[in-house]
Amino acid sequence: MLKVRLIPCLDVKDGRVVKGVRFVDLRDAGDPVECAMAYDAAGADELCFLDITASHENRGILLDVVRRTAEACFMPLTVGGGVRTVDDIRNLLLAGADKVSINTAAVKDRAFVKQAAEKFGDQCIVVAIDAKRVSGPGEADGEGASWEIFTHGGRNATGLDAIDYAREVVELGAGELLVTSMDRDGTKAGYDLALMRAIADAVPVPVIASGGVGTLDHLVAGVREGHASAVLAASIFHFGQHTIGEAKAFMAAAGLPMRMDV
Amino acid sequence: MNVAIVDYGSGNLHSAAKAFERAAREAGIAVDVAVTSDPEAVRRAARIVLPGVGAFADCRRGLDAVPGMAEALEEAVRQKATPFLGICVGMQLMASRGLEYETTPGLGWIAGDVTLIEPADPALKIPHMGWNTLEVLSDHPLFAGIRTGPSGLHAYFVHSYALAAAHPTEVVAVTDYGGPVTAVVARDNMAGTQFHPEKSQRLGLALIANFLRWRP
Repeated sequence: MLKVRLIPCLDVKDGRVVKGVRFVDLRDAGDPVECAMAYDAAGADELCFLDITASHENRGILLDVVRRTAEACFMPLTVGGGVRTVDDIRNLLLAGADKVSINTAAVKDRAFVKQAAEKFGDQCIVVAIDAKRVSGPGEADGEGASWEIFTHGGRNATGLDAIDYAREVVELGAGELLVTSMDRDGTKAGYDLALMRAIADAVPVPVIASGGVGTLDHLVAGVREGHASAVLAASIFHFGQHTIGEAKAFMAAAGLPMRMDV
Repeated sequence: MNVAIVDYGSGNLHSAAKAFERAAREAGIAVDVAVTSDPEAVRRAARIVLPGVGAFADCRRGLDAVPGMAEALEEAVRQKATPFLGICVGMQLMASRGLEYETTPGLGWIAGDVTLIEPADPALKIPHMGWNTLEVLSDHPLFAGIRTGPSGLHAYFVHSYALAAAHPTEVVAVTDYGGPVTAVVARDNMAGTQFHPEKSQRLGLALIANFLRWRP
């Protein structure tokens, strides 16, 4: 039976791990390669690196981090942040990434998703969707709600409807979607479950829920109520609030199929 | 022991090489792992690994674009009986044909077609992506000492297509995804895994070590 994936995400800046609260208040939490090895040993199901300043700074540092991680960790690695060209993708894959996540470049030019998927295969193209709720009622009930795609860490509105956009990029070849609620990111209030469910139910590919995890219950809800295939979290792991093992045991006890090999 | 990981422009082979080196080191096997596009290196190797990511037809074209490689594989694997491991699309290439986007001939070592996975439960997502357990249908040296079955170790899968083998006996392990999906094929000196042993942590390293020890 296929298991639910638990994915710690490391935000990387200048080759160091940070976690932005709402993408602004950054704290330094260590060496990404060491973090990756610790998560590997702890039983994380995948790792995600997000290069948060890729647009401004030397990408060579990140490629080196990816290379050293792939040499030490025999588990799947997704890398995103500032991926704009086919060469960016190729360089990351050659450095050892298994999947590359595309965000702004896909919003700006949908053909890039198709080009990337045709070149490298659907299975390694993740489209990262940052969405904010623009209308509709509250948490439990997603009826009538809608969400808009934002770029640049939630600063720039695009006018694109998140569900329509999700369907479109999957048609173009995205093999997986990483969906982040910009309303929830950094709040510890839990995933925007209605958003996750609306997208997960609209596309045939797996959805990774992201943005807002503050408790282990939130991880369970992301799968059970958000219909996500995988759940991503950062700060609850980075700062020792919970271990990967605790989180997986909690999810398993809640009845979700988890990989408990470690 | 010389291990040749065939480089035909399909994805990153560096981490695969590192996984083979690590598995060998942990198992106390001395290896020289080469990522190579040299047909002569494939002919000389004691173990041959054919990885592959992306679409079947692209991989086939990539393999054919390396002068002499298909011939070297045929000679080393079929005539010299060098132990061979195909990984993911490298495993699918062992089939007669791939039906992804277009019909493409495979190497023809395992009779059967590579076809879209169609889970009985339409709610199941495609690609089949993530960690799943193995059900061993017939024992094979590759599984030595590896805990399989529903409570066993997990393997990492990422694929939308799977090998439907014409001879059921050549499918030695399946995984369950809305029905059985071919996970490992084997015949004589050749084997192939749909999952990625180089990404499958404990199960993967153990399987790689078993492949290095294998004396078919």
